[in-house]
Amino acid sequence: MSAVASWAAMGGYAAFVWPAYGVALAVLGGMTWQAWRRYRASLRELARLQAAPDRR
Amino acid sequence: MLTRLANPARFMRLSGAAMPWLGAAAAIVLALGLYLALLVAPPDYQQGESVRIMFVHVPAAWLALLVYLLVALASAVALVWRHPLAEIAAQQAAPLGAAFTLVCLVTGSLWGKPMWGTWWVWDARLTSVLVLFFLYLGYIALVNAFDDPGRGARAGSVLALVGVVNLPIIKFSVDWWNTLHQPASVFRMGGPTIAASMLVPLFVMALGYMLLFAVLLMLRMRAALNERKARALRLAVPERQAAAPPPRAASPVLR
Repeated sequence: MSAVASWAAMGGYAAFVWPAYGVALAVLGGMTWQAWRRYRASLRELARLQAAPDRR
Repeated sequence: MLTRLANPARFMRLSGAAMPWLGAAAAIVLALGLYLALLVAPPDYQQGESVRIMFVHVPAAWLALLVYLLVALASAVALVWRHPLAEIAAQQAAPLGAAFTLVCLVTGSLWGKPMWGTWWVWDARLTSVLVLFFLYLGYIALVNAFDDPGRGARAGSVLALVGVVNLPIIKFSVDWWNTLHQPASVFRMGGPTIAASMLVPLFVMALGYMLLFAVLLMLRMRAALNERKARALRLAVPERQAAAPPPRAASPVLR
């Protein structure tokens, strides 16, 4: 087995280690993505309202 | 210091300056933490490679508790001093805390299966952390359950404060009751019982989680303040159009 494959096998615990890292990455990454999108949307909305306040 | 920071305009200025640096620091520390956790830290002599789950599980548990403490403290400040920024801080931190709790529960389950032979047991530690998760969800639901946001915020603050009783239960559950979960091995009397080769990657990951939390809290608080301002603008416009009052100073909500 190559060094990379034996590392990826995690001593037989690959089925537990990689999903654990995957879940952590997915949840923390999803949190980051959502916060960033919401922040950008709030900036856009504010700029729109301040540029043309009478058109709503 | 806190009262100077706790002014929305000043918060926007300071957080705007700090955010890029904190974001970069979070990315670097998390990358370093992943490298240490997956490539440098040794396998455990009993648990083998499965011990690497610790590096994503334990910092998530710490953050789950710390963020709850922050939500409760901010709620207390919001209740006592009626400070709008404290209210926003609590409300924007809670979903992040819930996410960390979820990571803690799922990774713990994935660690429990190979080590304990079960995904889940209803013992004190696991159950009290599940209760923490539901406290977060309950707080979020309660805050959003009222038409009047002020009432929702106050009800949520009270729930957050009552829920603090769960924090010592989580911390000491492994000492008070029999459990499959291992006892405290980092923050305990007499110092940690984990070897430095594992403790260093663990602390680096924990620092990375904290930096990420700080950045995301700032981002969410800034978004919430922007949304609040936009709402005030939207409400102010029809009022101006309908009444067309003689020119006077801008209404308070516009400021």
